[in-house]
Amino acid sequence: MPAVVLNKISKRYEKGHLAVDEASFSVEEGELFGLIGPDGAGKTSIFRILTTLLLANSGHGSVMGFDLEKDFKKIRETVGYMPGKFSLYPDLSVEENLNFFATLFNTSISENYDLIKDIYIQIEPFKKRRAGKLSGGMKQKLALCCALIHRPTVLFLDEPTTGVDSVSRKEFWEMLKRLKNQGITILVSTPYMDEATLCERIALMQDGKILSIDEPKNIIAEYPDPLFAIKAVRMSDLLKDLRQQDAVKSCFSFGEYHHISFKNATQNQTQNLVDKLSVLGHAKLEIKIIEASIEDCFINLLSK
Amino acid sequence: MQQEIVISAHNLTKKFGDFVATNQITFEVYAGEIFGFLGANGAGKTTAMKMLCGLSTPSSGEATIAGFDVYKEPDKIKQNIGYMSQKFSLYEDLTVAENIQFFGGIYGLKSKELKAKTKELIETLGLTNEAHKLVGSLPIGWKQKLAFSVAIIHEPKIVFLDEPTGGVDPLTRRQFWDLIYAASDRGITIFVTTHYMDEAEYCDRISMMVDGYIKALDSPENLKKAHGASTMDEVFFNLARGAQRQGD
Repeated sequence: MPAVVLNKISKRYEKGHLAVDEASFSVEEGELFGLIGPDGAGKTSIFRILTTLLLANSGHGSVMGFDLEKDFKKIRETVGYMPGKFSLYPDLSVEENLNFFATLFNTSISENYDLIKDIYIQIEPFKKRRAGKLSGGMKQKLALCCALIHRPTVLFLDEPTTGVDSVSRKEFWEMLKRLKNQGITILVSTPYMDEATLCERIALMQDGKILSIDEPKNIIAEYPDPLFAIKAVRMSDLLKDLRQQDAVKSCFSFGEYHHISFKNATQNQTQNLVDKLSVLGHAKLEIKIIEASIEDCFINLLSK
Repeated sequence: MQQEIVISAHNLTKKFGDFVATNQITFEVYAGEIFGFLGANGAGKTTAMKMLCGLSTPSSGEATIAGFDVYKEPDKIKQNIGYMSQKFSLYEDLTVAENIQFFGGIYGLKSKELKAKTKELIETLGLTNEAHKLVGSLPIGWKQKLAFSVAIIHEPKIVFLDEPTGGVDPLTRRQFWDLIYAASDRGITIFVTTHYMDEAEYCDRISMMVDGYIKALDSPENLKKAHGASTMDEVFFNLARGAQRQGD
């Protein structure tokens, strides 16, 4: 039995905005599943529907076999939820917040301490401090502890790494891996495409729709064309010139390089392109074939 | 080579009680440059930016922005810069045209000029059909592009962009950088913060703040060379990993 099932769920808000458009997917027990997409993709609405805080207009779904509508109380007992917005009590201390959530779920900190220990020891020196006075990174760790303190079977994490620097983001994903190894099913969302490969399976989302669901490596393997990375001295001019080339199908900047694909595969396509760009005055041209990233795949799906 | 300096900071420091948020930072930014201002959470970027925008008086050190002194002429600074962040940009309850007119008016554009500018902006952004729609009803990508255009409506010398592309889809993120390049080509200096390390590569030079100090400042290429790294992500990791301060 999958831990989470979503079957053709749609959500339209009062103002008429269709936030979720017939979304379907399932998450297996013990799986680390990622919802990947920008703001407005519908990620938060899906989390709120799955945690029974919001009713869908149509479709149905379940969490650990419990129906989203009929068994909402059961679902609330079994899941952990860390919303995107900091939602703990700012006037309570670190310790008080954790105690409060443990008590709500009829348990105690000591009963499940082993589960949160790795994370909690990092904020324990500040346990008397009010939650509202914590730094962003520490708030995030406390929120995760509070979502875990009743030993949930499924953990919902809505954009836990948004606005967090890349060092702290790496640490956070390490924590998730350890929780997954303890058997907790995790559904996590992120706008950062580079985090997609840290999930076992992902759903790419845009405008309420799911564009693709698969293991990251399979999504990458499905990228339709050979992809090349190209660079030269003047990157901004190179981008403009590449867009003017008939042979070039797609062209997007990707950090140090631009990524391009060709309309028709021909034998000397890269050499021909380099020759043309040299004539246009580009120096130190370098071109190489590369594997697509999830971000390439996402852009490709958006451009369709 | 003589380059015009539009931002100059010398030992710029801001203390809150015993806490030194920004610790003697010294750097210069040249006209037309795209300058990436990076750092871990809590490194002191926001504090530094507030001082550079004339919103916060430094505790010590000197800085001039667009030729104006941060202590004596903060109001002049505000008139000569643009500012946009992910959080504060436009009024959702005003239409596209109303937002342009409101901000243009605030920046002191005369009504004739403002009328022409409003028309021009709406056309170049391809928002003709949306001109009289509320900004709140636009997709976030359009909002951000509009917000950027409004931030430079008065053709400032410098525009400060605080995580302008957070949460934006990858296609829109790239279109946003096209606008940044176009503004930079017109001679507007871009001062930008981001958590996307691929965007760090688009900058001419980058400074990296750790625990209140500027720990490194150079072109992306030189920084990678100096750290024996193949990506800016590695450089960032190398420099920020030892950070003592956490989040903010």
